[in-house]
Amino acid sequence: MHPAVVLGSNANSWIWWAWIPDHQHEIYAYLREHMVLTALSVAYGFVISLPLAVLAARRRAVAAIVVPVVNSIYTIPSVALLGLLLPVTGTGREPAVIALTLYSLAILVRNVLEGLRGVSDDVLDAADGMGYTRWRRLLRVELPLALPAIVAGIRLATVSTIGLVTVTFIVDQGGLGRFIQDGYQRDFHTPLVVGIVLSVALAVVTDLLLVRAERAVTPWRKLSR
Amino acid sequence: MHLVHFLVDVWHWLTSGDQWRGGDGIPHLLANHVRVSISSLLVATVIAVPLGAWLGHRGVGGVVAINVANVGRAIPVYAMLVLAVQIFGITSPTGFGWTGSFVAFVPLVLLGIPPMLTNSYVGVREAGEELVDAARGMGLSEGEILRRVEIPVAMPLIMAGIRTAMVGIVATATLASFTGVDTLATPIYIGLNTNDNIAVFGGAVLVAVLAVVADLALAVVQRSVVSPGLRKGGAHRARAVVPVAAAA
Repeated sequence: MHPAVVLGSNANSWIWWAWIPDHQHEIYAYLREHMVLTALSVAYGFVISLPLAVLAARRRAVAAIVVPVVNSIYTIPSVALLGLLLPVTGTGREPAVIALTLYSLAILVRNVLEGLRGVSDDVLDAADGMGYTRWRRLLRVELPLALPAIVAGIRLATVSTIGLVTVTFIVDQGGLGRFIQDGYQRDFHTPLVVGIVLSVALAVVTDLLLVRAERAVTPWRKLSR
Repeated sequence: MHLVHFLVDVWHWLTSGDQWRGGDGIPHLLANHVRVSISSLLVATVIAVPLGAWLGHRGVGGVVAINVANVGRAIPVYAMLVLAVQIFGITSPTGFGWTGSFVAFVPLVLLGIPPMLTNSYVGVREAGEELVDAARGMGLSEGEILRRVEIPVAMPLIMAGIRTAMVGIVATATLASFTGVDTLATPIYIGLNTNDNIAVFGGAVLVAVLAVVADLALAVVQRSVVSPGLRKGGAHRARAVVPVAAAA
């Protein structure tokens, strides 16, 4: 069979099943890239956002700078952010991870800050009265109480990042987004459908796993449910 | 190093007359970007806000209204744009010229609905039982309660939903330049294909400015439609439901 003939006869059907086993290696590789980009970006975003949010919760002046900056980062479309990075970094993993980290950072700072601000003053007073130092109060009281908001932020950041990874095909990355772009460029539906289905499935499965992790790290919340 | 030279080149690119003239100049691209964004935002608002408010008033469909935003986030927006091209083709059907680009308009409407639906639902639902009881006791009809009590009280959240939708729509319209729609990101698309970093960076600056200006414009609208008594704390509460925009 001539490949072009096969392609031509199948171009209008949404899925051509034989394509999938033939492209197993690509599927694994792109899925892996998708997960690596997501994990790196959320991890970096988390590590940066935690001290930022703690500082912002303690000092109004820090919050007055951090919050608007973080909000405006989120307003900038990913295509523009990647376009701004590209001349500096070139294509590859670097601009993709930087851009995705900035977005996950934006989500996480808001959520961690919200969680820390939600800790009631009475609890803080009680901890102070018990002689907790600032560090100990932060680690033993504030962060545990903010944990549900923090985990909610991680969930949101992860699912959003999984969606956003597909756009990084612009800088020669993209994970499963490579299939979407490939399907578009060749006007061939199967990779497009495979890319969409796997990307949504990855987001849903990851979210479900994070819900379980959320329950595991906040066992006391079961009592109130 | 070369960075200063590069920025000077970008400045020349941005200010050269060539970019500002003709059928594919910046004014045309900006106009089309704004047109497709506003038309889809308006249509999505007209669908999502009344529906969300009505569901919130009746207290039905909560699971759907609340989860639709989460489900929406998982779908890659670029895939929606590509699918629209595959289904509708690139040329707008007759009668849809006002959309700027039908093939971008449809996914943008779909993407704009979830945050507004969720926020309108939650806003009306949480407007306050006492308020609604008081209004009912004063003899207001159900429709009046919704229009004159619940929606005004829910306005900070509804506006937050509209802003979230707007940010997502402007960002996704940007991405639509990669499926052949004329938007302010078209220079980025062309620059990437011709290895012209100056056009990529210049286009990115234009898009970023547009996104920030659009958000500021809606912030101004928000101030004018939210009752002064609700402003304080409203923004804080408004963040909680749909905390972030779906950046595309």
